[in-house]
Amino acid sequence: MSRVIDRRPNGKNKSAVNRQRFINRFKKQIKKSVEKAVSKRSITDIEKGEKINIPAKDISEPIISHGKGGSREMIHPGNNDFMTGDKFKRPDNSKSEDQGSEASDCGEGADDFGFEISREEFLEIFFEDLSLPDLVKKQISKIPNFKMTRAGITQDGTPTNLNIARSMKSALGRRTALSSPYKKKLARAERELEELKQQDPINKEQIEKYSNKIKILKKRLKSIPFLDNIDLKYNNRIKHLVPTTQAVMFCLMDVSGSMDEMKKDIAKRFFILLYLFLNKNYEHIELVFIRHHTSAKEVDEQEFFYSRETGGTVVSSALELMHKVIVDRFPASEWNIYAAQASDGDNWNADSPHCRDLIMSQIMPHLQHFSYVEIMPRHHQSLWEMYTELKKNFSNFDMQKIDNRDEIYPVFRKLFKRQQYA
Amino acid sequence: MSANEPISTNSEWDFELIERYDQEIARIAKNFDLDTYPNQIEVITAEQMLDAYSSVGMPINYHHWSYGKQFVHSEKNYRRGYMGLAYEIVINSNPCIAYLMEENTITLQALVIAHASYGHNSFFKNNYLFKSWTNADSIIDYLVFARKYINNCENKYGFEVVEEFLDACHSLMNYGVDRYKRPPKLSLREESIRQKLREEYLQSQVNDLWRTIPKQAIDEQESTEQRFPAEPQENILYFLEKNAPLLEPWQREILRIVRKISQYFYPQKQTKVMNEGWACFWHYHLINQLYDENLVTDDFMIEFAHHHTNVVYQPPFDSHFYSGLNPYTLGFNIFMDIKRICVDPTDEDREWFPDIAGKDWLEITDFAMRNFKDESFIAQYLSPKVIRDMKLFTVLDDDSKDNLEISAIHNDAGYQHVRNTLSNQYNLANHEPNIQVYAVDVKGNRSLTLRHQQHERMPLAQSTSEVLKHLHYLWGFDVHIDSVTSDGKIAQSYSCPVNSN
Repeated sequence: MSRVIDRRPNGKNKSAVNRQRFINRFKKQIKKSVEKAVSKRSITDIEKGEKINIPAKDISEPIISHGKGGSREMIHPGNNDFMTGDKFKRPDNSKSEDQGSEASDCGEGADDFGFEISREEFLEIFFEDLSLPDLVKKQISKIPNFKMTRAGITQDGTPTNLNIARSMKSALGRRTALSSPYKKKLARAERELEELKQQDPINKEQIEKYSNKIKILKKRLKSIPFLDNIDLKYNNRIKHLVPTTQAVMFCLMDVSGSMDEMKKDIAKRFFILLYLFLNKNYEHIELVFIRHHTSAKEVDEQEFFYSRETGGTVVSSALELMHKVIVDRFPASEWNIYAAQASDGDNWNADSPHCRDLIMSQIMPHLQHFSYVEIMPRHHQSLWEMYTELKKNFSNFDMQKIDNRDEIYPVFRKLFKRQQYA
Repeated sequence: MSANEPISTNSEWDFELIERYDQEIARIAKNFDLDTYPNQIEVITAEQMLDAYSSVGMPINYHHWSYGKQFVHSEKNYRRGYMGLAYEIVINSNPCIAYLMEENTITLQALVIAHASYGHNSFFKNNYLFKSWTNADSIIDYLVFARKYINNCENKYGFEVVEEFLDACHSLMNYGVDRYKRPPKLSLREESIRQKLREEYLQSQVNDLWRTIPKQAIDEQESTEQRFPAEPQENILYFLEKNAPLLEPWQREILRIVRKISQYFYPQKQTKVMNEGWACFWHYHLINQLYDENLVTDDFMIEFAHHHTNVVYQPPFDSHFYSGLNPYTLGFNIFMDIKRICVDPTDEDREWFPDIAGKDWLEITDFAMRNFKDESFIAQYLSPKVIRDMKLFTVLDDDSKDNLEISAIHNDAGYQHVRNTLSNQYNLANHEPNIQVYAVDVKGNRSLTLRHQQHERMPLAQSTSEVLKHLHYLWGFDVHIDSVTSDGKIAQSYSCPVNSN
């Protein structure tokens, strides 16, 4: 009369819709928390979920209930030494100013409603309504492309993939294996029959017996199929993910003496954000870190962010190196190339026009986007002016000034606000 | 009997074992005359249990952000280890669906089967409240319908609109139930007498108004001429569904859905102590019977005892873990005591319970299960022994006095008082503010007035004004709540919009 059902395979995400609705409803508050987290977190932590707090009053579902006051009598268990008529002071619980049943069923009183969002949700919210320029154009390629590649031989498949040579080989093996005992018996029987026929007088009975035996064995042999289902071998092909959307991101940073720790830190964050953003939009991203003072050097991430250098500043050195790397390793036909440059604007004055020309003639033709952030609390210098000219000429060239850490997020958004390119 | 082999000897479970236990438990339950719906036992994962938590335990429900909130909340607590998951969830449906968690040991699975699939199940099938208010055969179908309907509405009208409407309905969900069966139709003669009495009563009310607020003199005549609603309405959602002037048909249907679901859960709210007590009472007996028949091992029983004592543990009031009376404990203790009174009555019992002392315990507990709700169950069966065992005492918190007072303890003078107070404590009518639809200004500005009849001078909570906003949204015109003291004076009024009158 009872039925036992295994519901475990049914999947666990029945609440996903409700959860999503909840998150959508409180998006404003959640976004605020996310924004705050971005300006506070250290870089290595950036790809993590976040604890979100929403004020209890925003999230409560009001119902009608009794407030404080009036007369009420409650039952409690475990009386030790109270006697009827005992009187004592009303305990002071002013904090639970009538929150209705909300307060009690959260178990956290009137505190904030806290919960965690996953890393994906964190980034999702962070990147919402952002997109890199030209991305729309490549949007289609976001659907992963598959290429069929060979992957050995299988027992089953479609007839078109039948591997004839392998199938015949395996059929031969099977036939040999199955027929050999019969063949042996047959040979022996034939031999004995021959002997019987030689004998005199002829033993008709025996001869008949052996001829029958031979007949049966021949029939047996015949019944072994030439080709059986188990012989069939197919070429196996598997889908192989082809990352058609690959991007390379050049991080250029001035590490000369004038870039202090604070500025580097801001630059760091900017690159991280850009990287995370690209990471979400491309299957595969290569990172190239180029740091420069008077001369440029391609380095790894660790060195890029954390090693110390001093000296003057020649920006063009980095641009030249970048151009060389593009030509050598990242042909624009295969790569989406993004460049982000962070600097405090210091440059050897005579070098700035050179930078402009370099970018204009050699670098921009290859790039999807070039963004330049100047971390500079004071007035701009020659590099900024030169770059301003560039901005006029290229719609995919953007520049921004950042003064302090809190401004990174708005700047980041501004740089990559969703743009519709034809 | 003693030759029986234990069904299992270690803590692992598989489906065959669960079926085996279920068969044995079913056999024993039948011997005890437990009457149940057929069972559907579903094994689920912890994640699925979390899912079930957040849709108020129903296997299917419409989508709403508040369920997401619940989910996020329990998920957090579960992950951080603040909260274990309940061992089981059981659904009042036919067949009766009970969830077992895959993480449980076989002992716990057997306990849950006994508790949910036979204890709760028989309660659902036989308690008078469930019988008269819920329809176990059709609830799942209805929820499927509700989910589909609301889904369609979302597609048609946009989910923000539907969500806003549901928010409003939910805020009044507790007022979407008929607390009492509609009275049978009165005879014409009685009706006219009542009508007259009512008019007189209203007249007196209005005269009162006349003295204090002369401005409303014109209203007076109207309201005596024709009142709407003719009688105060307790089911606010029903009233809105039928009478709110501006609602679209789909909105009325959603009101109805929320109201129906609220009504479905209403008996559960009123029988928490009994229902859990009954289920504990029976898992205790069923599993012990298994042990008596040598069908389970000593290890099994030790684990069972461990879980059982956890479930029926009542921390004392001064404990760090205390969060009110544990309904499992209270219910279990009362049912166990009823049995004791039947089997082994003392003089005290004969004095307090002359009707049941020494009677057949199966019959008496069955009768108690069928015919009561928490409030009346406690009033009828809470014995001095249980009061003593649990050391119950009452605290009187009267805001007109400076101090709290212990008004009764577990002694001869206090038993009756403790019993009454506890019974009142489980009376939903005292628990939830008593609010009824009082009047609609039909000829004037169509404003809706609700009345809160104060109980023991308890005022409404501040959240009332928030709820009123929702009510205003549903009704479409001005809404008011008057909080009325026991002597008929309006102590406080809430309005939405705030300055309307």
